[in-house]
Amino acid sequence: MSRSTPLREVHEALGATLTDFAGWLMPLRYGSESVEHNAVRTAAGLFDLSHMGEIFVTGPQAGEALDYALVGWLSALDTGRARYTMIVDGNGHVLDDLIVYRLAPEEFLVVANAGNYPMVARELTERAGSYDARVEDRSESFALVAVQGPKSAEILAKLTEADLDGLKYYAGLPATVAGFEALIARTGYTGEDGFELFVRNEDAVPLWNALSEAGAGLGLLPAGLSARDTLRLEAGMPLYGNELTEEQTPFDAGLGRVVRLDKPGDFVGRAALAERAAQPDQEDGPGADALRLVGLVARGRRVPRHGYPVTRDGVVVGEVTSGAPSQSLGKPIAMAYVSRSAVEAGGLTVDIRGSHEPVDVVDLPFYRRSK
Amino acid sequence: MSTIPEDLSYTKEHEWVAGLDDGRTVTVGVTAYAAEQLGDVVYVQVPEVGAAVTAGDAVGEVESTKSVSDIFAPVTGEVVEVNAAVVDDPSLVNSDPYGEGWLFRVQIGEEPEDLLTSAEYTSLTTAES
Repeated sequence: MSRSTPLREVHEALGATLTDFAGWLMPLRYGSESVEHNAVRTAAGLFDLSHMGEIFVTGPQAGEALDYALVGWLSALDTGRARYTMIVDGNGHVLDDLIVYRLAPEEFLVVANAGNYPMVARELTERAGSYDARVEDRSESFALVAVQGPKSAEILAKLTEADLDGLKYYAGLPATVAGFEALIARTGYTGEDGFELFVRNEDAVPLWNALSEAGAGLGLLPAGLSARDTLRLEAGMPLYGNELTEEQTPFDAGLGRVVRLDKPGDFVGRAALAERAAQPDQEDGPGADALRLVGLVARGRRVPRHGYPVTRDGVVVGEVTSGAPSQSLGKPIAMAYVSRSAVEAGGLTVDIRGSHEPVDVVDLPFYRRSK
Repeated sequence: MSTIPEDLSYTKEHEWVAGLDDGRTVTVGVTAYAAEQLGDVVYVQVPEVGAAVTAGDAVGEVESTKSVSDIFAPVTGEVVEVNAAVVDDPSLVNSDPYGEGWLFRVQIGEEPEDLLTSAEYTSLTTAES
């Protein structure tokens, strides 16, 4: 039995197709997912992300505890700012990707993926054990609503006195929105400007309704997980479970920059990651057979999908991690782990249910918004 | 909610079959219920004209943003016409599944079996949703 967010009845009233995602009943789409995708690219979309986990780490040594528990240098983060980071195991393999906000000098908010946050909370509690810090999983009491797209600032400005112009990308600000206490974060997973609003469960429905009304004349549409997935894929953003798994280190995923080997002190995974970083060509992995995360654009109309083999001259040289038809490019796109030598040699194909369809390797992201 | 026309026949795989009453050539498409389940259709592959198809065999596919589904031949016979318009513009499957979004026509070789009536198909979709 899937769990419901506080907005389930709103989604049902809007006629959403609901689907199970990581144990949560979530809106897949409300009408056409392409229309929702395009609304976010050209105006704005409204998302329910209440399935995400909110874990608070507080206390005099909260920053040091996170420095030990995660690969990032969180004690150096300014209050009001946020960082994309990861939690790894002792071998440096990725357990989850996270966004950490410093809300106050001694208060951090760790946002974890829906399927992972109970594990993340357990790991953080264990890893923070010898520090003067407290870990509290408050996911059950928080809802998360996102407004994403070029019109999102204009829409949100109608409902808050907060200084949105002064709120930078990857920053957070406690504020009142439509009369409700909220943390406004300028973050997202769509490749557009946008905001994520953390509110108490009981405020989620009236906040959603206020945002819907504020955006009604500006092209705002409710958008489901299907649009969210194609938006993040176009933006070249990894999804835990697809591009990131316990099989990879952050370096394997081309995200070695999140590993702060320059921070003081030990941290979980440091020895393994330092060894990995010392290997030649660290972002791409050692040797010609090492797998590299690349972007693929299909020449035909059939879509390379999660799990499909990448082939060259009929030989498997990699695997697709995510794929979808791209609204912005008008062609199917995919991310895939492919061996370095095959990427350099070119002539890649994807085995789409038995037929080897030609694809071209391109730089990520597939889509970058104009500023 | 999707409509289920009374004058068509159906398969468990969510295809519709038209024209069984008035001759030996039938038109095949996917139902509005299936189109709604798929979401936005982005690619349609239909069998080639002249192909011999056997009821129950996978003869094509319908691909949407999130998924891909086989199209099964609802009847046995020879493909005599395919809808080039739906290959060019797969969204016709969503916008007009029983009309402009038809997929192919088959000249029937054997008497069809196991097709569902409108009422039977309605209860099938009700049970699934």
